[in-house]
Amino acid sequence: MMEFIEWLASTSSSVALRESLYLYPWIESAHVLFIAIFFGTLLFVDLRLSGYVFKELSITEMNKKVLPLTIIGFILMCLTGFLLFYAIPIRNYQNLFFRIKIILMIIAGLNAYYFHRTMNRESKTWDKDSHIPFVMKFSAVSSLLLWSLVIISGRMIAYNWFDCDRQPQSEIINFLTSCIVETELYESLDGI
Amino acid sequence: MESNQILEIIYILEDSFIGEYVRSSLWLFPVIQSFHLIGLGILGGSVVLGDFRLLGILFRSESVSYVILQTKLWFNIGLFTLVITGVPLFLSEAVKCYYSRAFWIKISCLILGVIFVYFVRNPMALKSRNNFLLKFIGSVSFSLWVVTAASGRWIGFS
Repeated sequence: MMEFIEWLASTSSSVALRESLYLYPWIESAHVLFIAIFFGTLLFVDLRLSGYVFKELSITEMNKKVLPLTIIGFILMCLTGFLLFYAIPIRNYQNLFFRIKIILMIIAGLNAYYFHRTMNRESKTWDKDSHIPFVMKFSAVSSLLLWSLVIISGRMIAYNWFDCDRQPQSEIINFLTSCIVETELYESLDGI
Repeated sequence: MESNQILEIIYILEDSFIGEYVRSSLWLFPVIQSFHLIGLGILGGSVVLGDFRLLGILFRSESVSYVILQTKLWFNIGLFTLVITGVPLFLSEAVKCYYSRAFWIKISCLILGVIFVYFVRNPMALKSRNNFLLKFIGSVSFSLWVVTAASGRWIGFS
């Protein structure tokens, strides 16, 4: 894996992105805007499901109207997010918060998959009803919570507290970030 | 007011208890930033739904006033979250913000955006049936909030 990441970092477009003065900030600003579109529209989908807004619309109607926008936001968010990763691959790959974020995104994805599978199968029975099954409400709230945690851990990637080039770190941190520390070097530095 | 008077106030704000407190902590600034982002998402959702209705992109079979009424509360909640987290972020680096062009663009668009939404967009959305006017209002509002959010991100790069 590390070899692949190192290769990614050595590609000319990765170097160009990394060394660009304005492109990287522009991509990051776009990423933030797409987060707002994705998270904001998802919020309303989940609020409808919990029965707080747009009660005059059925849940499937609400989903049909709003979810396309959520998906567009998601795709653009992932695209810009990938470019941000691609600009600094090694540092991101070994970043603790980046790893936490990816795990949280996988969980959020599984939750969304479960949610929509159940939704497609059962929603006809409670679509216009106010008695939405508890598991579905729970899943909607979890989705908001999970994506909030994704946003928080994403924001934390920028901070270098646990970065590999900031030693000494505790062993567990170096393990979690796949950081190999050349201890001999540090010991010899201690001697100086 | 002369600019050095403003700068004096900026220094007082930076030296304020909250500013000092946020600066002294390693974690506080990033944590507040994260909640600022979530606030942005909440506001963003209500802006997108409302303005896209005004533009005729979303909720075409629902009335403009219905969509605005459904999203109003969450606009307020988002704005409240953004202000309550944004103020301590600003206080902790008020001097840096003072010299940042992005900050002044952001604050200008924010103030314009808030005035526009409460005094033009929402009242007009409830009253007007002029589709062209409503589309214009939707695009002004959406542009203001996009520039506010994007230039806000740029404060961190300056």
